[in-house]
Amino acid sequence: MSARILQNVRIVDPSTQMDEIGDIVIVDGRIAACGTEARDFERPSNAEIEDCEGLIAIPGLVDACVHIGEPGAEHRETIASASRAAAAGGVTSIIMMPDTDPVIDDVALVDFVLRLARDEAIVRVYPAAALTKGLAGEEMTEFGLLLDAGAVMLSNGRHTVDNPAVMRRAMTYARDFGTVIAVATQDRQLGGAGVMNEGLFASWLGLPGIPREAEIIPLERDLRLAALTRSRYHAMSISVPESADIIRAAKARGLDVTAGISINHLTLNETDIGEYRTFFRLSPPLRTEDDRTAMVAALADGVIDIIVSAHDPQDVDTKRLPFADAENGAIGLETLLAAALRLYHSGDVPLMRLIDALSTRPAQILGLDAGTLKPGARADIALMDPEHPWVLSKDDIVSMSKNSAFEDARFTGKVLQTLVAGVTVYRA
Amino acid sequence: MSFPHRHLLGIKGLSELDIHYLLDQADEAVKISRRREKKTTTLRGLTQINLFFESSTRTQASFELAGKRLGADVMNMSVANSSVKKGETLVDTAMTLNAMRPDVLVVRHSSAGAVALLSQKVGCPVINAGDGAHEHPTQALLDALTIRRAKGKVGRLIVTICGDVLHSRVARSNILLLSALGARVRVVAPSTLLPSGIADMGVEVFQRMEDGLRDADVVMMLRLQRERMAGSFVPSVREYFRYFGLDAEKLKAAKSDALVMHPGPMNRGVEIASDIADGPQSVIEQQVEMGVAVRMAVMETLMLHGELAR
Repeated sequence: MSARILQNVRIVDPSTQMDEIGDIVIVDGRIAACGTEARDFERPSNAEIEDCEGLIAIPGLVDACVHIGEPGAEHRETIASASRAAAAGGVTSIIMMPDTDPVIDDVALVDFVLRLARDEAIVRVYPAAALTKGLAGEEMTEFGLLLDAGAVMLSNGRHTVDNPAVMRRAMTYARDFGTVIAVATQDRQLGGAGVMNEGLFASWLGLPGIPREAEIIPLERDLRLAALTRSRYHAMSISVPESADIIRAAKARGLDVTAGISINHLTLNETDIGEYRTFFRLSPPLRTEDDRTAMVAALADGVIDIIVSAHDPQDVDTKRLPFADAENGAIGLETLLAAALRLYHSGDVPLMRLIDALSTRPAQILGLDAGTLKPGARADIALMDPEHPWVLSKDDIVSMSKNSAFEDARFTGKVLQTLVAGVTVYRA
Repeated sequence: MSFPHRHLLGIKGLSELDIHYLLDQADEAVKISRRREKKTTTLRGLTQINLFFESSTRTQASFELAGKRLGADVMNMSVANSSVKKGETLVDTAMTLNAMRPDVLVVRHSSAGAVALLSQKVGCPVINAGDGAHEHPTQALLDALTIRRAKGKVGRLIVTICGDVLHSRVARSNILLLSALGARVRVVAPSTLLPSGIADMGVEVFQRMEDGLRDADVVMMLRLQRERMAGSFVPSVREYFRYFGLDAEKLKAAKSDALVMHPGPMNRGVEIASDIADGPQSVIEQQVEMGVAVRMAVMETLMLHGELAR
């Protein structure tokens, strides 16, 4: 029996709405006791005790949208390197997107990912399986077999399924298996050749824009289909308040619908692109400051359920290019919590709701044994100092790719230690 | 006894009495088919035309044999060598055939309602041998006969229909017939293969075989067409077989003496495992035998005792 105790720590656990100073007793990788009452818990004699005064313990983050280059682009990121970046950010569970090469659309590939993760990753890795074969949006994959093999959700990658009949059947079939379909609501045709938010700023830069309707129209369509098929639907990454309004209305109608937003869209806006900085070329594109503040409010009131990093490693071969020729995406695992704390420090989002959106809620949506510090739960924990000031230097980036939208950014609040199953996998 | 119908276009519209009458007649026909001398003179001098707009081997052979055993003159017309290929409309074909004064028309067509349309234009009884995804009444009758002979009754039995209900005329006719006789009908299928409103068709709907087969007296498997197996309605054959194919494990949920049925032709390893199709509970071969008997009963009844009997 192994045991350790985190002592005198402020515990913020949205799953129990606990916010108090106490201890966390960990026995054999699971939480044995947590909170003030843990002080009365009979301590194992061999327990390793660590004083954590001044720190906050939260359930390890669950990041429901992580792109990894393995298999197919291991020079950008491997499952192992992504897991180290995650650990550095307090992320203990990552959901890996299926748009690898080859696409995760077959049981053998789910198996491959899980084996690799078991052998090489230091945090938990859960594959999301492709909704359609090759992500082509035409034929559905073997949902039952993929889920039985260990996939935790179905996703069609970076775009919506063009054909509504295909989408309807996939949702109908998915319902039988009780799984959630996670969709990036981006209309391929309407988005067209656009590379950033459509509007005055794009016009001055001389860049083709992506109208907000490219996100709104497929979202509305999908929610009609979700109502028709009574299936579970998750909008992976919305970026405009109209989308939040649609989600709010759908929830009010009783649909089993949830929504996520990337940390980038909560903390950055289109003007960050400045003079064609490609690390700020994202999908969906960064929107206006008014959009950003409205989305923060939607997050605070729970209309937007979760925050994701949308971690998307790109190398110089895909980013050191003219803006319109570069790929979308920015890394974000290791800065996810620090960037999110900006919303707490600004007073826009209470800490409890913030941690809920980063950990408890995504675990609930995906049915993972995570996102809680309740006795019996796996001891996946992030220890942070919420006031610790720091600057992200390019040299300190853990991820194999360096395309961070927060390079040289100042943060207040840092992850000092990350535990997975009670074992320290990262220490600052 | 007169039979209060001109045609047999579907199970819909038949009373419980009508159905049992046809099944009783079919029981008699079984005896004829089991004799060494199978030919009778019941329909001597009468002409039966089998008009198949959709290819069929089994049903057409069954109707042909039924007619011949009753002594009728049987002619087969299939679409491959008919004027339909030359652009003649369905109604014109019907009127042309009608002018030849047949005494019964057996019709299969790929469009729902086509057989009923044709029946309005001819002066003889018309038997629906399958119209689109609408009805296949003689299949439902032969299934009921098989069940009644094996179990002694149909009423109050639990009958589970599994598979592609959406595209199946066999399922629709069976749901109507079994319900009319008082059986408890269940369906099991992935939701993509269930028609809209299925729960209001008087059946219990299940998505898991284990649930739908529990304590069933009869398990009816439906055929899954090849073109529907690869990603459009179900993702693959192996996934379909894993969750919806009838194998020994899933069959355990049903009663130990449950009948296993299939309208044929079977896809072994898709909707049914070979050892189950050939196993002791399978009555698939009996269904084929009952098919001839039911068709003899239907033709004799319509041509000699129906509303259009000459």
